[in-house]
Parts: sequence; structure tokens; C-alpha cells
Amino acid sequence: MIHVLKPGLLTTIQDFGRYGHQKHGVIASGVMDQEAYRIANLLVGNGQHAPVLEITLMGPVLEFQQDACISICGGDLTPMINGERVGTWKPLYIKQGSELRFGKPKTGFRAYLAVAGGFNIPLTMNSASTYIRAGIGGYHGRPVEKGDVLEPSELSPLSNRVMEQWKADAGDAGFHEASWYVGHAFNHNGYTKEPIRIMPGREYDWFDKESQNRLTSETFKIDSKSDRMGYRLTGCQLSAVEERDLLSEAVAFGTIQVPAEGNPIILLADRQTTGGYPKIAQVASVDLPRLAQMRPGESFSFTMITHEEAQRLYLQQEKDINLLARGIEMKLT
Amino acid sequence: MDWTLHPLGDQAVLIEFGNEISEEINHTVQTAASSLDDWQPEWMVEYIPAFTTVTLFYDPLYIANHKTSQNQLPYDWVHQQVSEFLSTLTIKETGPARTVEIPVCYGGDLGPDLSYVAEKNGLTEEEVIERHMNGNYLVYMIGFAPGFPYIGGMDPAIAAPRRKDPRLKIPAGTVGIAGAQTGVYPLETPGGWQLIGRTPSKMFDPSNEEAPTLLQAGDRIQFRRITEEEYENLKEGGA
Repeated sequence: MIHVLKPGLLTTIQDFGRYGHQKHGVIASGVMDQEAYRIANLLVGNGQHAPVLEITLMGPVLEFQQDACISICGGDLTPMINGERVGTWKPLYIKQGSELRFGKPKTGFRAYLAVAGGFNIPLTMNSASTYIRAGIGGYHGRPVEKGDVLEPSELSPLSNRVMEQWKADAGDAGFHEASWYVGHAFNHNGYTKEPIRIMPGREYDWFDKESQNRLTSETFKIDSKSDRMGYRLTGCQLSAVEERDLLSEAVAFGTIQVPAEGNPIILLADRQTTGGYPKIAQVASVDLPRLAQMRPGESFSFTMITHEEAQRLYLQQEKDINLLARGIEMKLT
Repeated sequence: MDWTLHPLGDQAVLIEFGNEISEEINHTVQTAASSLDDWQPEWMVEYIPAFTTVTLFYDPLYIANHKTSQNQLPYDWVHQQVSEFLSTLTIKETGPARTVEIPVCYGGDLGPDLSYVAEKNGLTEEEVIERHMNGNYLVYMIGFAPGFPYIGGMDPAIAAPRRKDPRLKIPAGTVGIAGAQTGVYPLETPGGWQLIGRTPSKMFDPSNEEAPTLLQAGDRIQFRRITEEEYENLKEGGA
């Protein structure tokens, strides 16, 4: 069992998302950074879609009342076990009675804590993801709070082997760190700030030439009113050529829509299923994880790529993750 | 039947059947949606129907691994598949749509803006209720929130603009008017609608995996007036 001593800023159980019910108006939810999420699970021998804790900026304090194998991927929010700094993007063995806490955030905005076996959370509509407004999924439909008790599910044979081996390696110590970690091709927080790649949206042509140019030449700042539903961008206004009414239709993770006042909004994991604002662009799937790690207050720019290129980049990224998955499995066995 | 296909990012394709709100186009949308339910190709993640469109989300990786050769991109392959699917789609005359009755307690504390809507339109509160109950309502789509219906067919004589200062909390079950539209809030949300009443019916029930929402696109709606006492009884009965 894992006791929550302090919940942190916003700590929720998430998985890949709640798919199949968007036609009922049920939002997809799920992790913001799918790449870090999947790798966190791989590092502890889980299936890629097991439930994890999504930790936002200021992490929780957790007391482990059992031995566990964990990993923390995504932003480096300065994890410490029993007061000692531990690494991210690697498997960690943590002994019963040890305490995991987070310090001052170093890079990124969200970290993913995976535990071997995955968190034992009943599925609601095929998913463990927390949908706060509807009060479903996750830990009783809400972010974790002080006093909550989280339980890992049964270990996979792979996780079990890893656990036994590291238990031996740890000896009397409160934890044990793997000597290796996932290199920075995936650790996008260490990247320089390259522009976020986008492709034209369905109503791109509704915008005047100047707005189209500004979209890729100016910088945008993530407003403090941003959340898991969407990033509100300020710094540069975009305007449609004519005031036309748009009938509500489906939107997706990464859709950039522009309300009448001109400040674009990038729709994220907790987006509504449909929207009625003109869609100027769409973030390429390959860059969504990097976007999810940006903090409110940060500035960035966009660069336009083709729909074809976005597809190729996505497939390449999937190939890379599959290769990594095989590499991790070899390391663990 | 005319249709066009448009990409929505690198993992979805939008099928557009028209660009205006009409029962006929929406019927085509419903037909396409139920045919997708029958088809259920393994590369489809899900679909979202709307007023005049159906957006199909697909798994590009599955397609690249199982369906396409080295040079073909997932979208091009999906475009081909969906085009074939649509060319065989026939719009059948269906029987009468399902009518869902929604009991509503109008006015009072449960509908604090009823008097405003009446005043705005030069009607009495009774006349607003009468006209609201006698609309010819069709659910065009579900969106915005779980089970939230976009309903057409309200009497324009009871239309009312949104509030300038949206309320921070509107209770679940609230029946409201915004412009020429009426709707029912399935969850407690903030919102700018004019609130004319409340239903004890549960609009969203996540424990019902097959039909988690009371309303579905294509439904007809009949609002039925109930008293405050009936409202309380139905609410307690878990209606």
C-alpha cells in the first residue's frame, strides 16, 4: 500500500484515456504526455497502458508501506527517496517504510509515477482516467488527497523478477536505483525549445493572410488560466476574415481553435468532445508530449509542416518507442 | 447523398454531409453512425457524430503495421476505406424516432429565469411553459458534456439571449434557453443559459456502459410539466 501524506498541486490517476464514449459527450481524459507515460510503464515491466499517477509541478509526499518498483518519467520535479535525490527515466526499487517526495521543479511540468503492477483502480467506461467534473474514474473520481491509500495491482512475471533481483541488490538500503536510464532522445525536457510543429486546420482559410503569417512568425505565451482542458495562448491575436457561424463538430487532442476575441486555445487531454470555434491549426501528434511539458507563463512558437510529414513523424516516433521497449525489456531480464 | 472527407490532424478523418442544420442531413449523419457501429473496423478507435459531420478516429500505427505498404500513408489508406464505405451507404426510411419524455418542474427556485424569459418576449410565464412543452424537438447531437443534447425545434417566440455574467454553478438537470436553443445540463457546470426549470431525470449514468446517456442523437423529446412535489418524489426515487 502507498499512503498519501501530502497530495501535491494536482495529482491524478490517469491512463491512455477513455475512448469509445466521446460520441456520448464523455471526454477522453488520460495522460497529457503519452510518451513519458508509456515509457514509465515500460521501465517497471507494465503494459504500456497501465494506470499511473500524473503529478503536476509540485509533487506529492508518498509513504510506501510495501516494497515496490517504480519509475518517474516526464518532467524532473526533483524526486527524493528518504531525502536523497533519485533519478528520473529509470527503474527504482523502494523498500517498505521509505518515503518519496518531490522538491523544487527543475524541468518540465508533469511527471508520471508508474508502479510495477500498475495502480489498482477499477475501470469506469473502460478507463481508469480521472474525469473530475463528472466525478468518475481515478481515485473516487477526484485528485488524490491526504490520507488516501493507493494499491498496486498484481505484478507481471517480468516485474516480479525485477523486484526480486533489486531487492537483493538494495540490501539494507531504503532504495536502489538502476545504473542506466532512458536517453534524451525521449527525454524531451532537455531539448532546446524548437518550435511546435502544426498543420493547417479545417478553417485555416477563414483567417486573413496576416493572421496566418503571425501564427508561425510570432511567439505565444501560455496563459495562467490554462489547464488540462486547454492551453490559452496570449501575445498575438488572430482574426478570421469574416464572421461566419460554425456548426459544432468533433475536435481532437492538439486542435487549435480561435474564439472571436482572437486568442488561440490549444485543446488538450480534458478537451470537450466537440467545438464550435474555427480551427486554425492542429498540433502534430509527435509534438504533443513536448507541449504538455510546457508551463503556464512559458513562451514558444509554431512552425507549419504538411499533413503527410506529421504522419511520417508520428510513425517514426512509434518505431523508436517500440525499439526502446525491446531495449528496456532486455535490460530488465 | 453528397459527402467530402477532411483530415482532423494525423489521427482522424472528418466526413461532412452538408453545412447547414437540417433534419435530412442529420438523418444521414445518424445513418452513417449506426453503419459504423455495424462495421466496427479494427483500425477505428471511435467516432463522434455532430450536426452535419461524423469524425472517425483511427489508429495510424495499426494501419501502418497491418494494412499498408511502405509508401502509403495511413490517411490515404483510410480515405480509400471510408470512401468505399460511404459509396455503399444507403439512407433507409426508418420508423418513427424514439421519443424520450423529460419531466420538468418549471419556474420557482428551480427555474429562476422563467420570469425574465417571459418578460423579454412579452408573454406570461404560463405561456412560456406552454410553448416550451409544445416544441417539435429533435436531438441533433450530443456534445459539450456527457449526455448534453443539442436540441432543435424550439418555438422562436421564447428565445432569450445568454446571460452577460454566466453563473458559476448550474445544478445537474437544469433546463435552460440560450438564443433559439433549449437544453438540459447533465452535470453541474458553469454557464450562461437562462434557467427555466429542472428535471429529476438522470441525464448521465456512467454505470450504464451500453447507454450511459438518457438521450441519443436522433431522439425526439417531449417535455412534461411536473409539480415541485413530483420533482422531489422522482428525484428521491432515483429517476
